[in-house]
Amino acid sequence: MAYLELQNLHRDFGTTKALDGIEISLGEGEFLSLLGPSGCGKTTALRLVAGFDRPDAGRIIVDGKDVTRMSPNKRDMGMVFQAYSLFPNMTARQNVAFGLRIRGKKRTERDKRVLDLLDLVGLSQAVDRYPHQLSGGMQQRVALARALAIEPRVLLLDEPLSALDAKVRVQLREEIRRIQLELGITTLYVTHDQEEALSVSDHVAVMYRGRIEQMGSPAEMYSAPATPFVAEFIGTMNRLEGTVVDGGVEHGGRTLQIEAARERRRGERVLVLIRPETVAVERANGDGGDANTLIGDVVTQTFLGPVTRLKIVGTGVDVIADVPTQRALGLPVGTRVAAALPAEGVRLLDLKDEQLPEIAEEPAPAGR
Amino acid sequence: MRKHVAPSAVIWLVLGGAYFIIPLVATLLFSLNQQQTGHCCSVAAYGTILHDGAFWSNLKTSFLLALETIAIGLLIFVPTIYLVHLKLPKLRPVLAFLALIPFVIPPIVMVVGLLSFYKGSPTWFYAQPWGFLAAAYVILAFPYMFFSLDAGFRSIDIHTLTEASQSLGASWATTLLKVILPNIRAACLAASFLTLAIVMGEFTIASLAAFHTFPIYIQGINESEAYPAAAVTLMSFGITWLAMLSLLFVGRKRGARAGLLAGVR
Repeated sequence: MAYLELQNLHRDFGTTKALDGIEISLGEGEFLSLLGPSGCGKTTALRLVAGFDRPDAGRIIVDGKDVTRMSPNKRDMGMVFQAYSLFPNMTARQNVAFGLRIRGKKRTERDKRVLDLLDLVGLSQAVDRYPHQLSGGMQQRVALARALAIEPRVLLLDEPLSALDAKVRVQLREEIRRIQLELGITTLYVTHDQEEALSVSDHVAVMYRGRIEQMGSPAEMYSAPATPFVAEFIGTMNRLEGTVVDGGVEHGGRTLQIEAARERRRGERVLVLIRPETVAVERANGDGGDANTLIGDVVTQTFLGPVTRLKIVGTGVDVIADVPTQRALGLPVGTRVAAALPAEGVRLLDLKDEQLPEIAEEPAPAGR
Repeated sequence: MRKHVAPSAVIWLVLGGAYFIIPLVATLLFSLNQQQTGHCCSVAAYGTILHDGAFWSNLKTSFLLALETIAIGLLIFVPTIYLVHLKLPKLRPVLAFLALIPFVIPPIVMVVGLLSFYKGSPTWFYAQPWGFLAAAYVILAFPYMFFSLDAGFRSIDIHTLTEASQSLGASWATTLLKVILPNIRAACLAASFLTLAIVMGEFTIASLAAFHTFPIYIQGINESEAYPAAAVTLMSFGITWLAMLSLLFVGRKRGARAGLLAGVR
């Protein structure tokens, strides 16, 4: 049974629809990431769950109880903010103890729990430091311990890592996941970083313009994006426009052999989505073999560590391919190559007449 | 390594210092003259003041008035400015404008207006410094209170702190007292100093409304006795400073415990 439910949530800020009918159902102890570009409504959704804002329509149910109109201090939600949320006048210990003091817990019980939690987040050596004496990563650890101290029904994290540097970010996100699993706490995590969302979540919901575009496991989201937006937002995709013909998809004057096209009607306009790591690249000899092999020149190489991303351009051809860096050394810029597109494991999406969404920074709604 | 100080800076510092110190030194020397000979040196003028019962009672009135004004002012303005910052940011410029009014309206106009406005109000308010005068002083202190507190509220992220506190279960009152107030303590202290200084020195309103406060006493002495007048002027200066230092001390002691002096943010 669902533990946290968001039912048909709507929230407008003036003429902007920040949330346009959000439906989420999350089981107890599960970790859901709300992922999307800025202004997509993910933070608005989180703030509604926390109680800092009220929906125009819809309900929020926690453990079978409607909390939509409940004030935030009655909800038992632990929240970790982007930054600067620790009380500057209190030490780490006092910050973590704050919620317990409000709840009138006895001192001995309080002290023990505070120390346990600070230990859990790896800060037992810094209990008596003030926030300004802690690094950004340490501050967020304290904030996490503070949110967990009250044994919240749901843990809410609002881009808690966005103000930290890359290395700390990776380290801390793994720790958040470890602690979440250890405590079995239902968690809602807001982020714009797809790598972060995919790496720690049980479920990921990609949001765009106040709606949930797709919700599923990280693997599903990566391998089977349901909309062009999700395909664009999660990972990198080759996007080829084409028309379904017998046995494949016609693109740029050639017919690509694509398994998925068999289930489609002839003449349908489709978007062919191919992950760059599934494109096989070799030095071209002759003018290509089968239908799925495209001939072009390497125009750029982008070093990504273990793999190198090649941009291959030719007549009617414009694809990117990820090849192991060792191999890429043998395919310098200017090399004529044959890029073989896979026939299986390729996604086809309906290509409507509408424009494909651009993923650009949008102004965030005035959502305080 | 010693820091290099430009000679021009030293000159300006000396000039600035002289501007403040020379009048004080002159007053001090004058206050030490003997009543009969007019020559140095005697502390008789100070004795005269210290043995005057009216000095102590008027000083007490002014000091208690200052404390009352500070208390009422903080009680009104802290929650107001907090709410304006948090929920009604559009009202902030309106408040800032209102806060300028006591600067613009001359005290004489204000006191006449207030006297006629409150005419007919109960005696315990109208005839007592703790009522009428304190009310007038809260208005007078409004700009100082507002701009100090406003700066204080702007220096912390009150949205996030409030939300963090509420998500942990704190009510509005708890949030204000335990989270917000300790973090704007410096601003509250500044507002209190300024208010103290104003009330300890306010003459026009007290005089026209016929209350006996410390500045009225100084004025009375000034008209009758030359040397004690200089003495009391100097003493009032010292007393105001002492009062401010004690306020600072109280604030510091608590602030130090809260780690405020370590320079949060």
